[in-house]
Amino acid sequence: MTEKVLMKGNEAFAEAAIRGGCRFYFGYPITPQSEIPEYMSRELAKRGGTFVQAESELAAVNMAYGCAAAGGNVFISSSSPGIALMQEGMSFLCSAEVPVVVLNVSRGGPGVGGIQPGQADYFQATRGGGNGDYHIPVFAPLGIQEAVDLIYEAPQIADRYRNPVMVLVDGMMGQMMEPLRLPEARPFVATEEIAAYKPWSLTGKAAKGGKRRVVKSLLLKPEQLEEHVEQLFEKYALAEKELVRFETIGLEKADVVFVAFGTISRLVAESIELLAAEGIRAGMIRPISLWPFPYAAFEQIDYTTTKAVISAELSMGQMIGDVKMGVNGRLPVQLIHRTGGIVPTSLEIVEKTKAILQGVK
Amino acid sequence: MKPVFTYTKGMRDVDTSYCPGCTHGVAHRLIMETLEEMGKLGDVIGVTPIGCSIVAHEFMDIDMCESAHGRAPAVAAGIRRAQPDKVVFTYQGDGDLASIGMGEIVHAAARGEKFTTFFINNGIYGMTGGQLAPTTLIGQKATTAVDGRTREQFGMPIRMCELLSTLDGAIYVERVALNSPAHIRKAKQAVRTALELQEKRLGFTFIEFLSTCPTNWGLTPPEALKWVEEKMIPYYPLGNFRKPEEV
Repeated sequence: MTEKVLMKGNEAFAEAAIRGGCRFYFGYPITPQSEIPEYMSRELAKRGGTFVQAESELAAVNMAYGCAAAGGNVFISSSSPGIALMQEGMSFLCSAEVPVVVLNVSRGGPGVGGIQPGQADYFQATRGGGNGDYHIPVFAPLGIQEAVDLIYEAPQIADRYRNPVMVLVDGMMGQMMEPLRLPEARPFVATEEIAAYKPWSLTGKAAKGGKRRVVKSLLLKPEQLEEHVEQLFEKYALAEKELVRFETIGLEKADVVFVAFGTISRLVAESIELLAAEGIRAGMIRPISLWPFPYAAFEQIDYTTTKAVISAELSMGQMIGDVKMGVNGRLPVQLIHRTGGIVPTSLEIVEKTKAILQGVK
Repeated sequence: MKPVFTYTKGMRDVDTSYCPGCTHGVAHRLIMETLEEMGKLGDVIGVTPIGCSIVAHEFMDIDMCESAHGRAPAVAAGIRRAQPDKVVFTYQGDGDLASIGMGEIVHAAARGEKFTTFFINNGIYGMTGGQLAPTTLIGQKATTAVDGRTREQFGMPIRMCELLSTLDGAIYVERVALNSPAHIRKAKQAVRTALELQEKRLGFTFIEFLSTCPTNWGLTPPEALKWVEEKMIPYYPLGNFRKPEEV
């Protein structure tokens, strides 16, 4: 166990990616995550890795694709509009089955939006912002330590599924400091080890006994494309079994259950304590994996006592559709939200919750 | 009996999907022959573009990947980082490179990326069926310019060699043509020079091949070769635009 350190979120995320074995980083400056390319530019070369400042997020994701197709362990990061530019690459990476770890330090939108924290990228992250049939596992930590742990684990998930994996945080987590423990560094995969480590990758055919490899996503014959997509979805079906993650708080005999992820889930946890002081039992389902979404968690709700389920979001309500699918008509589902970069206080959540409970009595 | 000619081992023994009279096949062969002569067929990674030659990996018998439209230089930059000891190249058409991929090619050249780009300029979008390209000549007809390109509507055709040779990261920039045996011999020499300079890791190397598209030009293959000579070469002059002192 390493010692506890105090670090700024963005720098901790970058350090976690390096310690997770990501040897290559391609990035472009965008607030509120610019400390990540800055950190990578300082640290990677010292430790045997490579940093490239790309001319755009579009170039960054395509550099990531090329590097990962050639067997490199790659980490990229951006914030909401930059992630939007990367969607061409996300779709391509999924079809070509090339693993890359992606971090979105999200902000408010639409358009250029603002630079304050937001969760309005839920659709973009979980519904596929790019074209075609594909999924990306998306993990949404509630704080810097959990983000560090997920970023550290993400390369292993990406490699196992040969698919991009996204960690979704927000500008609040990127910019604040928290005490945390960093994991032990995994060694980088050396260039000469790549052909054995990732036999599907492009290393020149001499390195693979003369057998050539082609990494591609074009399948002009509909029958072949259908077969390819169905094979991708066999992988996604496995991911839906293996990668579902969530946490629950106080569901037993709850009057009301919140569903919240990331930054707002921390405020909801505080609101739950404030509500308890007023004699209202509130619980929470905290999805950690946003795709696959933890629909099964909703079977743990006590439907004999709970009167409402509240989706608490830093958006106009994007996760609420998944929450309704989880509840499946058994209870009314309401929304508590702020957007545009505004984070509500725990007291604001308490007041809105009491109003909702008045309405459903 | 001693064979006086054999096909390069760099090409697979399959029919290509290119139209009769298209010079993609010539360009493919020149690159693969040169790599074979350099003993590099086992140590090369190529990137195909969007366009007719996206399927070049069906024909070139080497490690390859496809790229999204225009992004081949970014993809090759990524490959270069993971595989510093290999020969890396992109193979791109004019719609891919000079239009949607202008940002990626300019910045690859500016960074002095240590790979080679083979740029096929036939002045038209081939795969999508003959639309105007950034390299379509004034007066040349296209399906999105049925009366021919005008300066007023589309601006002037872009000369990529001239543009890229202003960037110090591009150490070798040469324009060749594939319309005659003499030009093809010069083209092969340029391919060799570019790949040898890449091996020295001095910077970005770029070859533009003036090529034909008889199908979308509405010409016979012999007419197309003549059209390169009479129409393209006067606007896109052949020769070297940048080279290191030692060449």
